[in-house]
Amino acid sequence: MKANSFKNQPDENGHFGPYGGRYVAETLMPLILDVEKAWHAARGDDKFWEEFHALAADYIGRPSPLYFAAKTTQHLGGAKVYFKRDELNHTGAHKINHCLGQILVAKRMGKTRIIAETGAGQHGVATATVCALFDLPCTVFMGAEDVERQKPNVFRMKLLGAEVIPVTSGSATLKDAMNEALRHWVANVHDTYYLIGTVAGPHPYPEMVRDFQSVIGNELRDQMQQKEGRLPDTLVACIGGGSNAMGLFHPFLDDKSVNMVGVEAGGHGVDTDKHAASLSGGKPGVLHGMKSYFLQNEDGQITEAHSISAGLDYPGIGPEHAWLYDEKRVNYVSVTDDEALEAFKLMAKLEGIIPALEPSHAFAHVIKLAPTLPKDHIIVMNLCGRGDKDIFTVAEKLNVRIG
Amino acid sequence: MNRIDKTFAALKAADRKALITYIMAGDPDIAGSLECAHELAKHADILEIGMPFTDPMADGPAIQAAGLRALANKVGVKEVLNFVQQFRSKNSDTPIVLMGYFNPVLAYGVDKFCNDCNNLGVDGLIVVDIPPEEADEIVPKAQQNNLSFIRLLTPTTDVDRAAKIAQNASGFLYYVSIAGVTGTASADPVKAGIHISTLRSKTDLPIVAGFGIKTASDASAMAAIADGVVVGSALVQAIADGANAQKLGELAASLASAVRTAKKAA
Repeated sequence: MKANSFKNQPDENGHFGPYGGRYVAETLMPLILDVEKAWHAARGDDKFWEEFHALAADYIGRPSPLYFAAKTTQHLGGAKVYFKRDELNHTGAHKINHCLGQILVAKRMGKTRIIAETGAGQHGVATATVCALFDLPCTVFMGAEDVERQKPNVFRMKLLGAEVIPVTSGSATLKDAMNEALRHWVANVHDTYYLIGTVAGPHPYPEMVRDFQSVIGNELRDQMQQKEGRLPDTLVACIGGGSNAMGLFHPFLDDKSVNMVGVEAGGHGVDTDKHAASLSGGKPGVLHGMKSYFLQNEDGQITEAHSISAGLDYPGIGPEHAWLYDEKRVNYVSVTDDEALEAFKLMAKLEGIIPALEPSHAFAHVIKLAPTLPKDHIIVMNLCGRGDKDIFTVAEKLNVRIG
Repeated sequence: MNRIDKTFAALKAADRKALITYIMAGDPDIAGSLECAHELAKHADILEIGMPFTDPMADGPAIQAAGLRALANKVGVKEVLNFVQQFRSKNSDTPIVLMGYFNPVLAYGVDKFCNDCNNLGVDGLIVVDIPPEEADEIVPKAQQNNLSFIRLLTPTTDVDRAAKIAQNASGFLYYVSIAGVTGTASADPVKAGIHISTLRSKTDLPIVAGFGIKTASDASAMAAIADGVVVGSALVQAIADGANAQKLGELAASLASAVRTAKKAA
């Protein structure tokens, strides 16, 4: 283990500094310990990674290209801007990376059914996809409100053979879908694997999802070496739970010259009560099996997140981000709904790429940052999802009737 | 020795099983829940009082709804502690166990919470999302303040795990008799009985059973194999359906008589 490394977290109990851990009901503890054992055995097994990388190549379409966005670079008139194009993955986002990895772990554990939570439906679709591929029954918990807002993804999940359960408890959104998935898991521990959709939840999920998503940063390191013969200077990624950002950042954490920026969803602004910026607008707490930063009131009751982007609409953040925030290794900023929407429109017109609203947040920050930097500075933004799923939301925002 | 230890010592001497009742503080409102607590205390040996949380991941629909009603009444940790203080002004004997989730306690301050609990007359804590792995954060403070930190045993607990759980537990052990959340499936006393008897090799603490115990006959069957039973969702549902304190007292009376006449398993 390297001394003074940012890459040797978590500790053996799943703590990233004071964050992370396993804050779950006792019924789940034996299972969580089993998942950890199976994951650590898989991680040390070359055969496991061979299977993962073979499917990543031929089924997901990895490596995703590293694209020099010449027009964006020219338009912004500063740093060179590259996109890591994880929106070209099968199912249209980075979520498939950790779904593939986790279902291979579930198979090794001999589990015969898969459950997942989903907000916008991207993780639900990716989970339903790998379940179809591996012939495992799949149940997806989704807030009743999101089921209504994200009908195309609900239909996709059903086409893929998944059962979608609308969650009406609590506030009927992503956090309640996660509560309900945990409750269901407690009642079905013997045969069920819970495929968590981000670098959150109890240990070992934050570590495991990060390691599967690190395929993004590892590819980037090689691709950048080939294109520019050096390391990038700044990495930018959006953050809801934080899986795409963690996958991009983690392989570079010990490269001191590489700056990293995580972009949270600022909604109507972090000084209002309508945003999803857990770091800028929340405080440390415990929910969903982990200690991290959460949006909450002074009594420790969890408050609702808001973002134009359903994928960032979560009142918490993965524990490793909480630690990197405290350690100041990564700079965390926020971008409002309106800024993200402008960025969405600009990328479509400028690059011929319709981005998802999630990476539109990252792009909005790139728009602010690039002009302030010299022309030999290299920014890489994770373009972690495509925007097909968002056209209805955007049309509504722009007062355009479609369909 | 706190009130919980004294209660179990007295029950043991009388060769009786314990009835533990659960209601949520602030449901239907503070005054109503206080009245219910006094009525329940006439029949129950220990009162478990729920602390509301927005995201109760181990609870079924009845207790989730009770939590939301209490939150709508602006009940947080401070109000729960006030509730205990008011209860103690008229009842200084019945043990009180607070049950809830860690985040509201963390926001209140763990030191201050344990301190205030001790000063205001709380006897034990169940913090659902603190397994032994995360115990350092609260268990030492609870012990310093003479609070029993009550741990859960579940259908997924094997004997090795039971030994780890029992290590820093006090008061009693709470056997979760179904793999599931509160108030859903019905408990199977035969299965639970076999499991509880194997777990007893790892602890001298009393083991009470809860989750999925709804009727007097459920209570009687579980009391035969455990040292006591917890009834929660059934009472909370009765409150949701409009039962007043007197009606709740009647329910507790029938549960108490079922528990007390329960025959020991052979």
